[in-house]
Amino acid sequence: MMQNNLNGLLRVLKETIKHYKFQCLIVLLLIFVSAFCNTYGSVFLQTLIDDYITPLTQSADPNYGGLAKAILFLASIYALGILSTYIWNRVMINISLGTLNDTRESLFKHMESLPIAFFDQNAHGDIMSVYTNDTDTLRQLISQSIPQLVSSVSMMVFVLISMLIMSAPLTSVTIIMGALMILASRMITKRSGKYFREQQASLGKVNGFIEEMMEGSKVVKVFTHEEQAIRDFEKVNNELFEASTNANKFANILMPIIMNMGYISYVLTAFVGAFFALHGYFGISIGTIASFLLLNRQFTNPIGQISQQINAVIMAGAGANRIYNILDTPSETDEGIVTLVNVKKENGEWVECKENTGHWCWRHPRPNGKVQLVELKGDVRFEDVTFGYTKKKVILHDISLFAKPGQKIAFVGATGAGKTTITNLINRFYDIQKGMITYDGIDIKLIKKPDLRRSLGMVLQDSTLFSGTIMDNIRFGKLDASDEECIAAAKLANADEFIKHLEHGYNTYIHGTGESLSQGQRQLLTIARAAVANPPVLILDEATSSIDTRTERIVQEGMDKLMEGRTVFVIAHRLSTIQNSNAIMVLENGRIIERGDHDELIKQKGVYYQLYTGAFELD
Amino acid sequence: MVKTLLSHLKEYKSASIKTPIFVAFEVLFDVLIPYLMSLLVDQGINQQNMEKVWLYGGLMLLCAFLALWAGAKSGKYAAIASSGFAKNLREAEFKNIQNFAFANIDEYSTGGLITRMMTDVTNVQNAYQMIIRACVRSPLMFIFSMAMVFYLSPAVAGIFLIVILFLGFSLFFIIFKVRPIFEKMFKKYDALNENIQENIAGIRAIKSFVREDYEINKFDKASSDIYVVNKKAEKLLILNSPIMQLSMYTLILGISWFGAHQVVGGNMQIGSLMSLFTYTSSVLMSLMMLSMVFVMVTMSIASAKRITQVITQVSYLQSPKDGIKTIKDGEVVFDHVYFNYAENDNDEFVLDDINVTIPSGSTYGILGATGSAKSSFVQLIPRLYDATKGAVKVGGINVKDYDLKSLRDNVGMVLQKNVLFSGTIIENMRWGDPNATLEEIKEACKLAQADEFIQKMPDGYDTYITQGGTNVSGGQRQRLCIARALLKKPKILILDDSTSAVDTKTDALIREAFLEKIPDTTKIIISQRISSIQDADQIIVLDNGKISAIGSHEQLLKSNEIYAQTYAAQQKGGDEDDAE
Repeated sequence: MMQNNLNGLLRVLKETIKHYKFQCLIVLLLIFVSAFCNTYGSVFLQTLIDDYITPLTQSADPNYGGLAKAILFLASIYALGILSTYIWNRVMINISLGTLNDTRESLFKHMESLPIAFFDQNAHGDIMSVYTNDTDTLRQLISQSIPQLVSSVSMMVFVLISMLIMSAPLTSVTIIMGALMILASRMITKRSGKYFREQQASLGKVNGFIEEMMEGSKVVKVFTHEEQAIRDFEKVNNELFEASTNANKFANILMPIIMNMGYISYVLTAFVGAFFALHGYFGISIGTIASFLLLNRQFTNPIGQISQQINAVIMAGAGANRIYNILDTPSETDEGIVTLVNVKKENGEWVECKENTGHWCWRHPRPNGKVQLVELKGDVRFEDVTFGYTKKKVILHDISLFAKPGQKIAFVGATGAGKTTITNLINRFYDIQKGMITYDGIDIKLIKKPDLRRSLGMVLQDSTLFSGTIMDNIRFGKLDASDEECIAAAKLANADEFIKHLEHGYNTYIHGTGESLSQGQRQLLTIARAAVANPPVLILDEATSSIDTRTERIVQEGMDKLMEGRTVFVIAHRLSTIQNSNAIMVLENGRIIERGDHDELIKQKGVYYQLYTGAFELD
Repeated sequence: MVKTLLSHLKEYKSASIKTPIFVAFEVLFDVLIPYLMSLLVDQGINQQNMEKVWLYGGLMLLCAFLALWAGAKSGKYAAIASSGFAKNLREAEFKNIQNFAFANIDEYSTGGLITRMMTDVTNVQNAYQMIIRACVRSPLMFIFSMAMVFYLSPAVAGIFLIVILFLGFSLFFIIFKVRPIFEKMFKKYDALNENIQENIAGIRAIKSFVREDYEINKFDKASSDIYVVNKKAEKLLILNSPIMQLSMYTLILGISWFGAHQVVGGNMQIGSLMSLFTYTSSVLMSLMMLSMVFVMVTMSIASAKRITQVITQVSYLQSPKDGIKTIKDGEVVFDHVYFNYAENDNDEFVLDDINVTIPSGSTYGILGATGSAKSSFVQLIPRLYDATKGAVKVGGINVKDYDLKSLRDNVGMVLQKNVLFSGTIIENMRWGDPNATLEEIKEACKLAQADEFIQKMPDGYDTYITQGGTNVSGGQRQRLCIARALLKKPKILILDDSTSAVDTKTDALIREAFLEKIPDTTKIIISQRISSIQDADQIIVLDNGKISAIGSHEQLLKSNEIYAQTYAAQQKGGDEDDAE
């Protein structure tokens, strides 16, 4: 895992450097300059004391000219340092925010290209967390952790060099103490890291408990289970307290320990220095001690910081890995060659044209170089289709069926029979393993996915909407639709009635996940959205949620109007709505066990009959 | 607000007091070290006195160790105090939420309550830890160090004051400027995250309408928008380090120049000059810390407010003092009952003048369209809500006079939104009766027609139910919920559309079992399905909050239009072959 995190980290660095080669170079250079200027100031103290103050004290007529010059020189060095600090921080903004923006955009762009299976297999919260948490730790890594590490380390190197130049024996004191401090801080951060992970796990547990109890809070009341719930809560809450105390304890004592070990190092240096100075060893002057003490603090201060930053870097590495996991997931492939084009009739033949004529053809390039135009009609056939989400478990077995243009085909069956799966296959959300599905006689694998999907309308049972106005949501079906077209579609879907009664009508802003609209109203909007797209083939997955009889009738009418003149596949959860279907397929364990129209199936007295009379549970 | 929150410190008060005391000691020792150092230089090295070097060196080491000890202690107590405070706050919230009435629960979303108990508490915990440590440390460090500077050289202290004013002013100016920009940015972030969330949830719609590029464009625009705002904020924020350096360097240069004059003039010794350099960083760092703490603490105020709101929320329903604990029988009377969810909204009632008497032991069915207030009607019986006007009586006594727990223990209710909890089936069943034996549980499950499918499960009654009961089908979940309610052995049993996913045959079996096994229990059944209620003694037809009719199946068929229509609709195309 450690190795993995490191890989993610290296990749981030590589990509960042690749994109911002020049800027990275400037930042690195200026960090060095800034660290150098800072160190130079500390070394100056020696010059100040030994070269100016001591001689000046002894002279009868002190002349401050030399000191003034020296201080002005130091001031210009400092000015350079401040300028460097400002510039590298400023350039860093471009790098870190740029990387953040690039990462976010490429993540999103790539996510949109991923197959449906990705969304079915990953918890939505996990995907979300990559955007919110992981990209943010990445930003912190680039904008804070790495520059600070570079700055701290280069500072330590400069300080170390200066110290060695001044006095090697005194430096050894600093180095030994420095090593001890690094050891201590690693020990503490390791332990605190362990406790922080425990705290994280504990937080998750408390979170889960609260979530469950809040979801079921009405049941808790009905069963007067409050006291028991409080007792159970106290248990998990106490665990969290323990973990949190431990984690914070170690995090809290890190800084005092490191800081005061720094002081001990400082004291030892002063002590040893004084000893040397008094005995005249190694030619140590007061100026040297003074400078050395400042340098000593500059050497030990970054140690605590570095060890904290290292932890942050490791965490960012894990985040980077999660980001790359998504970016490395292969996109949906599309090997299709057949496209959908507008056509007009010339001399009784279809001819391809640019403008929107309302007539469409499949443009099918043949191996012999000729291009065949096939009229879009909406004829869909399944030939011995076998499918499973995984290789091991087959969901649909040898399904064969046909829907001629304008026909309505219904699927019924208990939960898990494979009804909803069928909707995933026609539009190639998933690819079948065996058999063939044809659309107007063309194998759908030959059709480019966007064109295939454009020719199919879907009304799904979860009726997802997007944040925006109602008009925006209807227009989602056809981006260049005029307001009039959208309103006409809403009227067709029976949605116009309720929209008109909203305070802002079609301009009412809705949230995709919000509950400002009822389930039935949301469904009417998804029907309107499909209506404005005006596709020749429709796939309807009826809602399972219980909407009241009146709304259900309105929704049903809307759906009926939408279905007119189209090929329709209906996944039925209520039998009352599919009696007028041209064919009803009864599915059981992935096989079609009965087929026929309503009257035929009732006469058979088979499964459909039992479902119809309520003897079996549907869903 | 602060007072309310602090009252939950309780057993962690002593740790909260110890923390700043140890912090004060730590600061004191830390500040002494540079001073001792100046003495060591001036009296030891300069005077060539090794004894003094030993003395002051030893004292410095002692101070460093004492500071380390005090610092570690304060860190430990700060952890205990803040984690304990957080624990108590979470517990206070959770306990008060358990006191909430249904009407209170309706006001909060689940997600909102989780945030208030988790994220908000963590924010307050961190802020509190900051306050008892850094908020004490920084000003003390600042004051002690400044005092030392004044003591060592009043002349140099003047430069300190000027620089500090400049730095303090700059830091707070930046905070003042940056905060509104960040607030704007966070709002934009929320919108962006909402957009991502919708894209993940609605990916099927996006792909089937081939709207990937459209969504990418929308996202890129929003993301770039954030980039611009973020850049504006960062441009201000990065001023922090150069300003800090400017202050620091100005002080070093000033001390070098003026200090040299003082030393040469004989007004100061070299050791003091050296320690002034050390105090420089202490003073500036403490100022920097203070500005950071200020930002953190102001950011947690919103969280503190949200927590206080939950803790101080008064339940709309209170159990009366010395409420009646025994319930005579399962008779239910509605006497001119009016009901509204929002108390001030008086013009239109959800339940409008309801009068009905349900005799103990009888079975009543309730039918009506969505919005006809069926659920509201039954929820008044176990006093989940209070009637706005009129009286609801159980066993001849107004429900408001009962001890709340005793009343609810005697009214078993299966809510329309069924929830099972993570745990085994047995554990779930014991919600109804914590002391139920396996035999009793099986008996209840048999009554609810759940025993058969439970036996077929690989682990039987020990089968683990996942959160929300997602690993059993809708019909199975409903039957388990009924069994759970039966285990309470209630005097009144209410089923709120609780068999909608159960097939008609099983549904009938459940009702038969009720008649046979719990004849003395009053049974009130809400259903959309006529077949579920047509055998009831009486059926109440609700229409828009009013009772449209009460009667038996046959009577209503003849006299009530709504009932007859619903019946006809459900029979349409029905079973010609059925003997009925």
